Amino acid sequence: MIYALKIAFRYLGANKTQTGLLLTGVALGVFVFVFMSALIGGLAVYLIERTVGDIPHVTVEAPSRDPQVLVSDVPGTLGVVQKGTSQRNALRNADAFLPLIASLPGTEAVSPEIVGNGFLIRGQSTAPVGLTGVEPGKLSAIADIAGNLVAGTPDLTNSTIIVGRTLAEDLGVSLGQVVTMRSDRGVERSLVIGGLFELGVESLDARAAFVSLSTARVLFELPQGLSRIEIKLTDLNQADAHAARIAAETGLKATSWTQGNAQLIDGLNAQARSGNLIKGFALLTIVIGVASALLLSTYRRGPEIGIMRAMGASQGFVVLVFILQGAFIGLIGGVAGAGLGYLALSPFPRPDTISPGSFPIDVRQGAFGLAILLTACGAILASILPARSASRVDPVSVIGQ
Amino acid sequence: MSGDALITVDGLVKTFGEGDAATHVLKGLDLEIPPGDMAALLGPSGSGKSTLLSILGTLMQPSGGHYTMLGRDLISASAGELTDFRNHHIGFVFQFHHLLPDFNALENVIFPAAVASGRETRTARDRGRELLRRVGLEDRIEYRASELSGGQKQRVAIARALMNQPELVLADEPTGNLDRESADRVMELLVEINKEEGTAFLISTHDERIADNCRRQIRMVDGQVV
Repeated sequence: MIYALKIAFRYLGANKTQTGLLLTGVALGVFVFVFMSALIGGLAVYLIERTVGDIPHVTVEAPSRDPQVLVSDVPGTLGVVQKGTSQRNALRNADAFLPLIASLPGTEAVSPEIVGNGFLIRGQSTAPVGLTGVEPGKLSAIADIAGNLVAGTPDLTNSTIIVGRTLAEDLGVSLGQVVTMRSDRGVERSLVIGGLFELGVESLDARAAFVSLSTARVLFELPQGLSRIEIKLTDLNQADAHAARIAAETGLKATSWTQGNAQLIDGLNAQARSGNLIKGFALLTIVIGVASALLLSTYRRGPEIGIMRAMGASQGFVVLVFILQGAFIGLIGGVAGAGLGYLALSPFPRPDTISPGSFPIDVRQGAFGLAILLTACGAILASILPARSASRVDPVSVIGQ
Repeated sequence: MSGDALITVDGLVKTFGEGDAATHVLKGLDLEIPPGDMAALLGPSGSGKSTLLSILGTLMQPSGGHYTMLGRDLISASAGELTDFRNHHIGFVFQFHHLLPDFNALENVIFPAAVASGRETRTARDRGRELLRRVGLEDRIEYRASELSGGQKQRVAIARALMNQPELVLADEPTGNLDRESADRVMELLVEINKEEGTAFLISTHDERIADNCRRQIRMVDGQVV
C-alpha cells in the first residue's frame, strides 16, 4: 500500500501540467456541485420563508365532531354521512392545553385566536372581512403585522381594529376614523382604525382585519374558548412531527403547514430534483474526466507497467497504483473545489434575511462534505477502468519494444 | 533429467494462432539448466529464443510440455503464484534497459524488493546501494534513467535483476544495444556475478563473442535445441 502510494504520487508528479489541469477540472466540477447545492437550498429557504414565513406552522383546532349517519333513500346507497352543523367548532377548554402547547420544545410563538367573518361598514360602503381576534401583544406572533404597518400602532385595544391598506382604501377610511364591524353572528360594534398594514398579499391586504381577543369574543358570541391556536416553530421543517405530537398529547386536531401547501412542497421537490440532476451531471463530468486522464496515462505508461509486472508486481498492485491516483485526484480536487466554493459563497447573506431581488444563496447548504465524499468515490470508481486496463498489460508485448 | 537441476523443461511446445494460421514456435523442446550455470542461448532470428525466455521467465504459458524450476511445476501454477515466484526467483535483463523513467537508479534497483514487501525497507536500500557499488555506479545512485549512459542504464538493470537474489537471471540480448566497450563491461560483470554469487544466467544473444564468455552454449534451430 505504502509503496503503491509512492508510485501513484510519482506518476502524478511526473506530469505536473496534466495533473494540475485534472485537479482544476475536478475542483471546478465540485464548485458547480457546491454552488448548485447552495443555490437550490437557498432558493428553498427563500421560497419557504417568503411563502410560509407569515403563516402558522401548526394550527390547532377542535376535532371534527362525529358526523351523523343518515339512512339514504337513494337506491344502492345504504347510508349518508353528514357533517354536524348544530354547533360551532370551538376549542372549549383551550386554556387547559395552552401551557402544554407553549412548553413543547421547538415552539417559538403561540397565538390563541377567535376567527370569523363579517362586514366592515363605513356609511353606505361595506366590505366582507375575515376577522381575527388576537391577544394584545401577540398581533405579530405569526405574521409580521407590526413590521408591515404603514400607519398607526400595533397596540390593539377593545375599541380599535387594524385593517389592510387595500381594505381601507376600498372603504375610503383612514387612520383614526370609526367603522362599524358586523360579525356573521349579527353583532355590531363601532371600532376605531388603529392601524393599516400592507403585507403585499392582496387577499390579506383587502380582506383581513385584526381586533383584540375580547372584542372578538363579543362579536362572535364566544364568551369562552377559542377558534384555534396558531403556533410558530423555530424550525418549520419539524412542523409535521410537532403537529403529530400535539395531536397525540391533546387529542385536538393539529395541522402542519405542509398539509395546506402541497403545491409548494411539490415545487420545492421538483426544484431539488432539477438541482440533483445538475449535480449529477457535474459528478459525471468529473468521473469521465478522471477516467479519460488515467486511461491516457495507462496507454502512455504501458511499457513501464509491463516491466513492473515482469519484475513481480501483481495485477492487484497495478490496480492499487491507479486507484490511489484516482482517489488522490478526487480528494484533493474535491477539497479544493469545496474550499473555493466556500470562499466564493460565504459573502452572500443568508436567504432568509435578503430582500426581494437578491440572489438567494445559502452557503450552509453547500453540502461540502458530501461533495468531497462523492467526488472521491466518483474518482475512485472512474479509476477502476484504467486500473483494470493497466493490470492487463502483457509484459511480453512491451519487453521487445 | 537430473533431479537437482535448477530448470527442467520437457517437450515444451508453443503455438501461436490456430488452424491454418497456426505458427509452431517451440516444437517439443527439452532443456536442463543446473544451478549456477552460465549459458548462452544462440540461434537465428525466429528460432524461438525470446519465446523460450518468456516461458522460462513465467511471462508466457506454453501450449504443451512440462516446466519445473526449483522442483516446482510452473505449468499448473496460478497467475498470482507465478508473479510471486518470478519476483523471488527470476531476474530479467532486457536488450533495452526498461528502467522506470520517473525513478532514480537506486529506486529502480530496489523495485523488485519493494513491490514484494509493499514498502522500501532500509535493508532493501542498503542492498540496492551495495548492488550499485558492485556494478560501479555508486556515484550515480540519485541519477534518473535519462541522466545515465546506455551502458550505465544496463548496469542498473543488472543490479535490479539481482535485487531479490534470484537463482536465475534471464538476459535477452543484454549487450545488443551497447557499444563494444560497454558490452564487454556488462558481460564481464555478468560473468563475475555468476562466479561470485552462483547465480545462473541464461543469455540470449546473436553475438558469438558474447557467447564465448559463457561456460556452455545452447543452440536453437526451428524451435528445438540442437
